[in-house]
Amino acid sequence: MKVMEGAEAIADAVRAAGPKVVSAYPITPQTHIVEALSQAVADGRLDAEFITVESEHSAASVVLGAAATGVRTFTATSSQGLLYMAEVVLNIAGMRLPVVMTVANRALSSPLSIWNDHQDSMTLRDSGWIQLFAQTAQEAHDLHLVAYRIAEDPRVLLPVMVCVDGFVLTHAFEPVEPVSDEAVSRYLPPLSLPFVLDPARPATFGAYADPTVYTEARFAIEAAQRRSAQVLSQALGEFAALTGREYSPDFDRYRLDDADVVMVAMGTAAQTAQVAVDEMRDEGVAAGLVAIRRFRPFPAAELVAALGNASRIVVFDRSVSLGSGGIVAGELRSALYGRLLPQIVGVVAGLGGRDVSVETLTQAFRAERDGWIDLRPDLEEIAP
Amino acid sequence: MRPLTPGLVVEAGSSVDNHTGAWRTERPRFLSVACNGCDLCAVYCPEGVVFKAAPKRYDFDPDFCKGCGICVEECPVDDIVMEAEIR
Ligand code: SF4
Ligand code: SF4
Repeated sequence: MKVMEGAEAIADAVRAAGPKVVSAYPITPQTHIVEALSQAVADGRLDAEFITVESEHSAASVVLGAAATGVRTFTATSSQGLLYMAEVVLNIAGMRLPVVMTVANRALSSPLSIWNDHQDSMTLRDSGWIQLFAQTAQEAHDLHLVAYRIAEDPRVLLPVMVCVDGFVLTHAFEPVEPVSDEAVSRYLPPLSLPFVLDPARPATFGAYADPTVYTEARFAIEAAQRRSAQVLSQALGEFAALTGREYSPDFDRYRLDDADVVMVAMGTAAQTAQVAVDEMRDEGVAAGLVAIRRFRPFPAAELVAALGNASRIVVFDRSVSLGSGGIVAGELRSALYGRLLPQIVGVVAGLGGRDVSVETLTQAFRAERDGWIDLRPDLEEIAP
Repeated sequence: MRPLTPGLVVEAGSSVDNHTGAWRTERPRFLSVACNGCDLCAVYCPEGVVFKAAPKRYDFDPDFCKGCGICVEECPVDDIVMEAEIR
């Protein structure tokens, strides 16, 4: 057991996974991760090419090309960096390359904010990447190893984005039990891709698809997304056998069995939400919590099965589809529609680093209708 | 059933088989009446599909011409016209 910064815990897992190419452009609050990896390369603890680039677009392009040659790769980014990568992010998924990327979740401009919310990775939720959200430094460490395992599984071959709350997780120090290098090498078999870029056998990746095959190629990604849920479940089972640490493959269930009012949350706020649930219980409310770990593929059927007893669901969103509402709330409504009929309230808060306290979450539990909570009454846009 | 490789990886040189001319709605017709052999149509064609068939007689490859009309625009003697693509 070590006390590690979240970023260091992530970097240690990636180092142990042994990527052959790491490329990233520094951006707060992700920087410590790749800083630690470049140090590991310099010290000879990681036998990899660390390729410095002038932008995130190039960082993503480097790992795309490197992954296509059949080697394990890693990159990390945040916020504007992820948006700048966006074009390549979709290409990586379309080319079915098993890249693993950390997104240290940070708000998007404008206004400029370096602080945490989930808008960056949620903006790329349709990209074809598997998206996992971690709640603690230990989980972030562990999920990166699991991420390589599922990304590289021949039944999946999709990139994985491990999403961690910027600062709240990346810069906080927590006790972490790192998986030993020896255990990692048993858990992660050498990468073997069905097609690789090789000068001896030239091939084209991301080729033009005319209307007769484009739909089928996109459907193949959708099918791989669906298959990945089962593969993740198996990979987590083997991970538990290896380390003794168990993670459910869809979401955590906290005091859910007899819960009448259920909060749905993601990331570090889910830890705080456990305290809020306890407080609501002390007040006599049968509260419970669903903490989503696997946002893509979205665990729709699992949520239907788990939420059958709830009469009221409060979705706590740290991102918003402006002009529509909280993103997870929208997805949950769509998943439950026609199957369950609880009252669903979508609450948006915790944007741009606004602290998510126990009070924020108990306030969310009491929200009566969709909307943003925790807004300062003394700040409002001047009438246009 | 035709197998679909993950990521649609294909043999190198696939652009030879991908007939991008399929999305054309208009096509050029080389009249070969006033042509002075200046070569501008061939130089400016963004697809590089205009070729000299004989002195002062030019033609294009319909498999890859996307129908942009730049050759028509550039011809100094109006010896190329655009026509509707009829399939
Ligand atoms: S229409 Fe455009 S693409 Fe076709 S031959 Fe003329 S310049 Fe080339
Ligand atoms: S641009 Fe016109 S004149 Fe010049 S070579 Fe082409 S067709 Fe002939």
